[in-house]
Amino acid sequence: MTATTGPARIWKRPRLVEQTWLRWAIILAVLLYLGLAFGSIDVNWTRVSEGLVRAARLFSGFLQPDFTSRWGDIQQGLIESLTMTVCATVFGLVLALPIGLGAARNIAPLWLYGLCRAIIALARAFQEIIVAILFVAMFGFGTFAGFLTLSVSTIGFLSKLIADDIEEIDPAQVEAIRATGGGFWQVMDYAVASQVMPRFVGLTAYKVDINFRESSVIGIVGAGGIGATLNTALDRYEFDSAAAILLIIIGIVMLCEYASGWIRKAMA
Amino acid sequence: MAILINPDGTRHWRLLTPGQQRWRWAGWLALVALTVFCWRIMTADTIWAFVTDAPRQAQDIFGRMLPPRWIYINQLWQAIWDTINIATLGTLIAIVLATPLAFLAARNTTPSVLFIRPVALFIIVASRSINALIWGLLLVAVLGPGVLAGIIAIALRSIGFIGKLLYEAIEEIDETQVEAIRATGASQAQVMGYGIWPQILPAFATISVFRWDINIRESTVLGLVGAGGLGLALEGALNTLAWPQVSLILLIILVTVVISEWITAKVRKVII
Repeated sequence: MTATTGPARIWKRPRLVEQTWLRWAIILAVLLYLGLAFGSIDVNWTRVSEGLVRAARLFSGFLQPDFTSRWGDIQQGLIESLTMTVCATVFGLVLALPIGLGAARNIAPLWLYGLCRAIIALARAFQEIIVAILFVAMFGFGTFAGFLTLSVSTIGFLSKLIADDIEEIDPAQVEAIRATGGGFWQVMDYAVASQVMPRFVGLTAYKVDINFRESSVIGIVGAGGIGATLNTALDRYEFDSAAAILLIIIGIVMLCEYASGWIRKAMA
Repeated sequence: MAILINPDGTRHWRLLTPGQQRWRWAGWLALVALTVFCWRIMTADTIWAFVTDAPRQAQDIFGRMLPPRWIYINQLWQAIWDTINIATLGTLIAIVLATPLAFLAARNTTPSVLFIRPVALFIIVASRSINALIWGLLLVAVLGPGVLAGIIAIALRSIGFIGKLLYEAIEEIDETQVEAIRATGASQAQVMGYGIWPQILPAFATISVFRWDINIRESTVLGLVGAGGLGLALEGALNTLAWPQVSLILLIILVTVVISEWITAKVRKVII
């Protein structure tokens, strides 16, 4: 009897890539790329060792942040960032609503759909920071350029998501309202808006959160806000002030994130 | 929803009760007031002459931008290579660091819910709340300008992103499979390898590729703060007001982003 049982069978888990040669080719290609990529990093080690002293100062700055000596600048930057965020979100929202409606295939005619989708693609093409550079060149330094940048990104973000949401609504409700003799606006109000509103409010809250984060960055290229203050502090090597600014940014971002999470949960 | 009964006894249906409606109007009014208030503060320092002048400026800039200086691309290959490296190596480092972090942060795999989980969650939140450009700004001040600062900036920002999505995926796994592996007498490492890891592998791959796509976008601009790549070339072109070069770089950034988006879509289709 024992003769019929062969050697003990060992189970091996299936490989991710079945063919042996392909597996080795992929591994070799990845190794080759990593070798080339790491080889092309050009590190100036003396500069890095000098930098470590600065890293220590930066780190000690975090332990003892200096809120007071540049408080005027910090306050100014914060007010700019916050007002920019509010204005840009509201302004972007007002423009995003009609564009979003126009970009939903189930309620807009084809020519309007194409136009609105093109606007959305254009608004989303570049990162905020590049848009900010262009707007600063056109409108001059300061919060107005930042406000326009955030507005453009809000339009791109909200109108795309609104349009995608509207395209996914339940057509039966639209049908029902239309069957009672409801006009265009009544269909919008009672069939479309009532279905997309909760998600829409959640998205707007989320965008407020994103806009504040972005407003802390676009200041680096001259578009105002707390980012400009941070950039100045780092340029002057005032790491304790920079640490204070970063801590404030982290605090507000966390606050925004919790608030927007809470709003989304409450609306859902 | 509310039904009003009129004095003559007829019933009238409406969406909101009058009380709800008043609250809603008050909310809108408050929002408008807040916006106007913020607008006045924000534009207090705005020089309107510059704003009204903007269309002419825009025309001027776009006039200078066109046509792009195509020949300049021969000086950009190195920058393109650097940009791709910053994104890819940064993502790889972030994956290596974020995976154990996610296991420490997930409620069902963390060794200690009381002590280690909060620390891991704090690292994730701190990494997420600072933008890659700000990380870049800090690291350039510390390490000096160059690709290395860019890679580390991308990695530091991505740890939080990958860590958060991954630990949420770990928390959603099917416990019965883990139980089954454990019942065979498997060690902790084997439970990880055969019970948990195969379940989160699709999520892990999608998250990594998704973040790589975002990182390609971010690495194109990281150079603005001195962290290498295409952004550095953009900064140089902007500072010398070489608008034909700026437009070429912007075009290359757009093409890079579109290609990375295309690769991401392809990979996601294979995984799902």
